Amino acid sequence: MTSSRNQILGNIRRGLQRDLLTGDALDQVRTRLREHPANTVPARSQLPQDQQIALFESMANEAAAELIELKTLEALPGTVAEFCRENGIDQLVSASDPALTALDWSGIDNLEITHRVAQAGDSASLTTSFCGIAETGTLMLLSGPHSPTTLNFLPDTHLVLLKQSQIVGAYEEAWARLRQHSDAMPRTVNMITGPSRSADIEQKLQMGAHGPKRLIILLLRD
Amino acid sequence: MQIHSPEFKQRAGDALDNANLQRALGNLRDGFPQKRAAAVARMPEFEQLRNEGRDLKNHILANLDFYLEQFEDNVIKQGGQVHWARDGEEARRAILEICRNAGAKTVTKGKSMVSEEINLNDYLEANGVKPVETDLGEYILQLREDHPSHIIAPAIHLNLDDVSDIFHKKHNRPRSEDPAELMQEAREMLRKQFVAADVGITGANFCVAETGSTIIVTNEGNGDLTQTLPRVHVVITTIEKVVPTLEDMTLFLRLLARSATGQEFTVYNTLSSGPRRPEDQDGPEEFHVVLLDNGRSEMIGSEFQEMLRCIRCSACMNHCPVYGAIGGHAYGWVYPGPMGSVLTPKLIGVDKAGHLPNASTFCGKCESVCPVKIPLPKLMRHWREREFERHLSPKGFRFGLGTWAWFARRPGLYRWVSRSSSWFLKRLGGKQGRIRSLPLGKGWTAWRDMPAPQGSTFMDQWKRHQQTQQQKNKG
Amino acid sequence: MTASSTTPPTAKVGFFVTCLVDMFRPSVGFASIKLLELAGCEVEVPETQTCCGQPAYNSGDRNSTRAIAESVIDAFDGFEYVVGPSGSCIGMLHQYPDLFEPDNPYFERARSLAGRAYEITSFLTDVVGLGTLQARFEGLVTYHDSCAGLRELGVKTQPRQLLSQVDGVELAEMNEAETCCGFGGTFCIKYPDISNRMVSNKTANAQATGAAVLLGGDLGCLLNMAGKLKREGSTMEVRHVVELLANMTDQPAIGESAADLAYNAGGH
Ligand code: SF4
Repeated sequence: MTSSRNQILGNIRRGLQRDLLTGDALDQVRTRLREHPANTVPARSQLPQDQQIALFESMANEAAAELIELKTLEALPGTVAEFCRENGIDQLVSASDPALTALDWSGIDNLEITHRVAQAGDSASLTTSFCGIAETGTLMLLSGPHSPTTLNFLPDTHLVLLKQSQIVGAYEEAWARLRQHSDAMPRTVNMITGPSRSADIEQKLQMGAHGPKRLIILLLRD
Repeated sequence: MQIHSPEFKQRAGDALDNANLQRALGNLRDGFPQKRAAAVARMPEFEQLRNEGRDLKNHILANLDFYLEQFEDNVIKQGGQVHWARDGEEARRAILEICRNAGAKTVTKGKSMVSEEINLNDYLEANGVKPVETDLGEYILQLREDHPSHIIAPAIHLNLDDVSDIFHKKHNRPRSEDPAELMQEAREMLRKQFVAADVGITGANFCVAETGSTIIVTNEGNGDLTQTLPRVHVVITTIEKVVPTLEDMTLFLRLLARSATGQEFTVYNTLSSGPRRPEDQDGPEEFHVVLLDNGRSEMIGSEFQEMLRCIRCSACMNHCPVYGAIGGHAYGWVYPGPMGSVLTPKLIGVDKAGHLPNASTFCGKCESVCPVKIPLPKLMRHWREREFERHLSPKGFRFGLGTWAWFARRPGLYRWVSRSSSWFLKRLGGKQGRIRSLPLGKGWTAWRDMPAPQGSTFMDQWKRHQQTQQQKNKG
Repeated sequence: MTASSTTPPTAKVGFFVTCLVDMFRPSVGFASIKLLELAGCEVEVPETQTCCGQPAYNSGDRNSTRAIAESVIDAFDGFEYVVGPSGSCIGMLHQYPDLFEPDNPYFERARSLAGRAYEITSFLTDVVGLGTLQARFEGLVTYHDSCAGLRELGVKTQPRQLLSQVDGVELAEMNEAETCCGFGGTFCIKYPDISNRMVSNKTANAQATGAAVLLGGDLGCLLNMAGKLKREGSTMEVRHVVELLANMTDQPAIGESAADLAYNAGGH
């Protein structure tokens, strides 16, 4: 394989009529990687925070995500329980994120709540999110010890907590936050815009292909 | 996928006679272009993004070796492995070895055109590993032993009936004609496979050099289940997919969703970096990237280099009137439409794919919608030049063209030929003013009349007109 | 017909007839020249012109294309402008610089030609400004945007703007006006059945507007669409847009019975 590698790279250099990059040319590409400059950022998302929130909401709605407003974090267990009752859901797989587990779930009696990875057949999951991107109503979720990726895909309904203060304008701002958050990439970064869908049968859009059929964003005012 | 490109004419003819296919293509022509137009209209910066996309890809290609090495370094740093493959054979062997090491009986697969390019499924199957396609369209095709006819909507050539039939036959369930039910059926069937698979194989839309990540872009979520549930995740991708940074990837994601499906953003954009971390509760334990060349490195520095800018959005085929008339299977291999007409001759040989770059009116629609501004007609013309140089174009045609060109450089003789043809055609047209059957123009008159010339040529009439004017002026 | 021209006098124009107009529809040439003269241009028709070379170019025969390009460059030397009634052929002239190495003397001359070459409706709109037309045509028309004019030269609004000055004309836009009609030069001979499907889509879209006349700016496309409409038994007329603009619609439409054109340049 090493020889394949060298041959492919050699072909490329031959086509480019040069040897290994050196000098200024090398500095230039290294600088690009180090400084990772933004390309054009669409003006649409460059707004004051309150308008960014409104943009997030309308774009998420357009992508068929459903929004439920939370006035306080403490209201989350009750709101989730009510949602599940209304939708005939009696089991919930929750991320073990301290932000969720620290809440008082003691009064909830219509839900069997577990903390684990998702399995085929799970009807609903609850997770937190890393940020929301107003530009297209997109959620960003990171994998980690308390946020297994399967929770985002296997259950039929995915409930996600997002705080208004986590909403940024453009994807670039999300990358900036991610770089600040940690030096290394998590195994998985999910950008999620609405529930799963497919138009593979006769170009007619159907919701709920392989991923969640419903995406519920619990938007916390903070 | 077997090569059928030499039979292009025959297959195109069959496609034109296939009423079901024509109905399906009608859906396509009405759907994608309008959605794209609406999305582009909402993004005032779109043209600027296209320019930047083109320039950035050019920058990447000019430094491709550097970015590939950076990408490789960063994959390894995160505990992943990179396998370089010069051709399909090397890529297939690398993947089989990974499967064998994992003791894999079943592999699930996200949609990947590169996998089609290297005929991966047949190879795995022949070697005792069962591949299961999980993209709904690909799944339907796999059940039918059929192949994709479009790079993002693989089953676009099928109608609802076709899907109902095959599900009924293969799933042993009552026949349904409700697309929602059919999708639910596929969802249930595939759930078991996702969980049972030992290896998950996906493609990659981009490879990020800065972080050593690969990204897949899907609407169904099948790719995510494919790469999260099995113990091993294999990414099969090609060398031109590398981009420098997350910001650069972002530029292409903005272009891709809008150009492809007219969405503001695709539902799932998922970055994978290495295997699961020690503390993680799920995710694959191994992460492999197979970097395939398959002739691409030879395109660098050639007149076809610009084709390597392609981000596989499918806008060119969605807007192509030829694709819209005959569908993707007529092209006879993996990549149809304008991008295929440029790429396929490179990948399988212009002697086999010679029709493809010729079957275009050069209407230019593809170039006008391409998010990275690939001059597709120009590149198709380059193939025609190569065919002409290598005497691959039909003899009779070359002779006709040569004769015509000879006359075109001799104005006196050219006048005479135009005059005679004009006279002759005018006679043939008779009182009708049009010709219903032309011995040397059967291709034309089989389908339409040939309007007859008005009479003598413009040049002759102009000369007479000039002479009368001069006489008037004298008189 | 008269026109009030506001342009400075006598732009010297070399008229590029194009093969198809020469052979099939001289009246398009005369109509174009009439319009150019109304716009105050001095028009000449260089006798040594033949074809723009597109059939060779699109067939991959670069050497023949280059040879033909050289004679076109020679033929139109010294004209301030080169104008032709076809976006496709004029578009081809714009490709000439690509055919020559920069050290070839023809390279600069090709660039100069490309800079002076205009499709007729864009010339009349963007360069000379044709003042107010006084042409009349009663009826509903629809317009097909030919590909090369549209995408290589940006011809879209110009013919429509000119048409809006013709008394009595009403324009009904068709669906997919910008989609190729399937002509494509040698394409329609090499892949006739595909071409047929494309032109069938086009004529269906055109007829759905209810227009009596289908207009366009490129004779290749017009011959193709007229031939199809006639075969379908349609009564829809097909004409080059300059025929209406120059008030020269006494000629039978394309594919209808023809008679020699008596050029009448009087009236201005
Ligand atoms: S050639 Fe351009 S339009 Fe076609 S698939 Fe590639 S990027 Fe998209």
